Amino acid sequence: MSIKDYECVIGLEVHIELKTRHKLFCQCATTFGSPPNTQVCPVCLAMPGSLPALNREVVEFAIRAGIATHCTIAHRSSFDRKNYFYPDLPKAYQVTQNFFPICKDGYVEITSGDQTKKIRINRIHMEEDAGKLIHLPGEGTLIDCNRCGVPLIEVVSEPDLRSGEEAVAYLRKLRAMARYTGISDGKMNEGSLRCDVNLSIRKKGQTELGTRVELKNINSFNFVARAIESEFKRQVALIEEGGSLVQETRRFDEKTGQTYSMRKKEAADYRYFHDPDLVPVEIEAQEIETVRACIPRLAHERKAGYMEAYQLSDYEADRLTDDKELSDFFEEAVGATAYPKTLVNVILADVAPLYTEDSPGPALNPLSLGRLADLIAEEKINSNTGRKVLKALMEEDFDPEAYIEEHDLAQINDRQLLAPAVERSISANQKAVDDYLKGKESALRSLMGGIMKETGGRANPILAESMIREALKDR
Amino acid sequence: MDYRSMELSQLAQALRKRSLSARELTEAVFDRIDRQEAVIGAYITLTRDLALEQADRVDRLLQEGLVLPPLAGIPGALKDNMATRGIRTTNASRMMADFIPPYDSFVWRLLRQQEMVLVGKANMDEFAMGHSTETSAFHPTRNPYDVTRVPGGSSGGSAAAVASGQACFALGSDTGGSIRQPAALCGLVGMRPTYGLVSRRGVTTFASSLDQVGPMTRSVRDNALVLDTIAVKDKKDVHSRGRGGGSCADSLEEAFGQPVIGWPEEAVLANDLDPAVQAMLQETLRFYESQGARILPVKMKTIDAALAAYYILSSAEGFSSMNRYDGIHYGYRSPDAESLEEIYFLSRSQALGTEVKERILLGCFALSEDHYQDYYMKAAQARMLVKEELDRIFQDCHAILTPVTATPAWPLGTLPEELGGDKYSNDRFTLPASLAGTPALSVPVGLTGQGLPVGMQLMGKPFSEGLLYRLAARFEDEHGMIPLAPEVAL
Repeated sequence: MSIKDYECVIGLEVHIELKTRHKLFCQCATTFGSPPNTQVCPVCLAMPGSLPALNREVVEFAIRAGIATHCTIAHRSSFDRKNYFYPDLPKAYQVTQNFFPICKDGYVEITSGDQTKKIRINRIHMEEDAGKLIHLPGEGTLIDCNRCGVPLIEVVSEPDLRSGEEAVAYLRKLRAMARYTGISDGKMNEGSLRCDVNLSIRKKGQTELGTRVELKNINSFNFVARAIESEFKRQVALIEEGGSLVQETRRFDEKTGQTYSMRKKEAADYRYFHDPDLVPVEIEAQEIETVRACIPRLAHERKAGYMEAYQLSDYEADRLTDDKELSDFFEEAVGATAYPKTLVNVILADVAPLYTEDSPGPALNPLSLGRLADLIAEEKINSNTGRKVLKALMEEDFDPEAYIEEHDLAQINDRQLLAPAVERSISANQKAVDDYLKGKESALRSLMGGIMKETGGRANPILAESMIREALKDR
Repeated sequence: MDYRSMELSQLAQALRKRSLSARELTEAVFDRIDRQEAVIGAYITLTRDLALEQADRVDRLLQEGLVLPPLAGIPGALKDNMATRGIRTTNASRMMADFIPPYDSFVWRLLRQQEMVLVGKANMDEFAMGHSTETSAFHPTRNPYDVTRVPGGSSGGSAAAVASGQACFALGSDTGGSIRQPAALCGLVGMRPTYGLVSRRGVTTFASSLDQVGPMTRSVRDNALVLDTIAVKDKKDVHSRGRGGGSCADSLEEAFGQPVIGWPEEAVLANDLDPAVQAMLQETLRFYESQGARILPVKMKTIDAALAAYYILSSAEGFSSMNRYDGIHYGYRSPDAESLEEIYFLSRSQALGTEVKERILLGCFALSEDHYQDYYMKAAQARMLVKEELDRIFQDCHAILTPVTATPAWPLGTLPEELGGDKYSNDRFTLPASLAGTPALSVPVGLTGQGLPVGMQLMGKPFSEGLLYRLAARFEDEHGMIPLAPEVAL
């Protein structure tokens, strides 16, 4: 049997740090990157007698996440204690929602290849973050408690994902959800979006799940995909050799691209029980509706709208809405052009790649890009020139039309103006001419290159090509 | 000046009239402390300088003609599990022996704003776990009525301080009886208020769902006065509800009427009650009958279940709230520790006492995956049954009268098994009110032939503190306060 006979079964546990102003149970600030232990108080340091007071803003954020992922919002949920010792956890228990989470039974739709697929969400619960340990080799360990008590939601998916690619598509959707709803920046490199992968394999056609391995501490989308593929291969190879899997936690090493065992999963007993310092979270139907009304249009809504309004493909609309900033950018730009299709092509080819995990996108005036799309669509400039102008627009904003005039970049659409350049290209590239005449189509490229060189890249490429063919037709 | 036989309101009046200065009163209290504390051992930390400073301030304000709150200038004590900013708060544990909190407990803030004079931080059982104050890591406390005997616990230091005149009143905390039992053994009035009436914020958590703060005083009226001061809603304690109706002091003035008092005779007599205790309670019942009350026999079938449920639930919650004392962030860290594991193991092994460790282990067991259903869940269900039974009884009764303890104070060093029953059964009468969250008042009913105080417990429905005080005051008005504890011979 080969790897093709196996199926990879993946569920994700995604932690999203909420950007509420205050911590979950105290008034401390949540600013990222402040000097160590400057955002702490007796409550988040677990000093004797300190008591938690729920920050209601967190509940509102969790409701937003639940609505955006089609979950049922529980009218009554409650907090529990997860008891364990670790130096980054001053109370020696984490307050979380084990028994009655705030959101249940939702889904997220992902597009992978041409297919859309529903990934079911088992639950979303609220909990508090732990602090950070800073290990100084040879000197010891320092504890920064600024993050202690910062609110998180944990989104737990069903094991509906089948590949690294799907896992990343799902993560992108969750990140988009977080950004569209304004609950988090969703930055993996700053830890405001963290992902644990639960992975098992089984023979295709089987329905029961295999032994589950947990992959922890993966800090980019790219590494999530690579870790999954690598672990999938490792498990298949092990089974094929007649070995058997153990339930364990593994770590992905970015340098080697391999996963390594961190610890065998001894059945950790967290002694969960209801937190007696807190009362149940009651949510009225009216509150849910109020939150719903305040949520901006979400990715899936925008996507459907784009497909309808601009006749975009599923893929195009999906890519445009993947990132809220990009989608916002598109919505502004599209108002400035009469040619949305052209605009989408330009955006997807040259602008979308600049919206990365860690970048909010280029400094680019969307209205200028809209006007640039007009110039391209109306054949006032060709796409090569368009790219050059776009590059310049990212340096400094200007009116594209005035710019092409000033820099003499307008496309040459006139046969007469183009004819000398065609002549000169043909006479200067005898070898290409010979090749073309022998039937080598690719030789056209050299001839086109000659024309572009002659015209400073301004030739209408379609026109130029037909003129070459015409000129060589009778030879 | 005999401040010991004066009620708080009388002291307040004397201060207002300037027939007594706050400094004189405070110095008199410290005078007694100087003479007796070496024997009694009521305090872990004395705050003499602060007290005199506070007293002088009150005198100054009074001189300026200001009208001050009723507790202004009156020396009182706080149990040492109540955070006092800048003053060490040890919880009677080696673990926290040097801990100086950077914050105030809510109750201390209220009392401070009322210009109370803080005498010191009273001894207690370590982390409030115990019932004789012998588990304190510092020293035992002796019962002022018989210094060979325990003052009870866990608020034994608070009780001994008031009973010996080393404070005019004190606050204690009560999880399973830690105010009521030492109050009874030291001849004081001790109130465990309705859960949520007094904020727990800044009072070291033993078991969150059970802990309550309350006053320990010589007289019923004193008690009502202090409770009125601290029964204030705290927005940062989600369980805090504050006082709904009028003040307890006001409800003391209401008519006695014809209250119905439940008497769970079967449950009371099923426990080996000391004959003196039993006789005094019978007499108390007859007294109430003579005053127009109706004594209604009631059944408290859940009293044994309450004992088991209490120890499981309080230990489970205690386990979780005690784990923060891990040698990492504050408190004791073993100097022998080299690795992280050693910090945990050695710090906790060295700095926590046996009683605390036992409860942590019990709670750890009750919450473990394999035992959660059979222990924790079952105990939680039993708690509901206790609550329901009390609810039912209170449909017919205004109050339930029981003993506080089966016996008067026992000699220091008595082994638990020598107390009769098992280690914890002496607590059984105080536990139902703890589990149900209902108020319960411990009131002295007299001294035994040996001169040891005996108390009765009056339980009521939630927020019926005023009614309980009224019942107690009727008894006290008729019998007078019990005699003061004898002078301690050094």
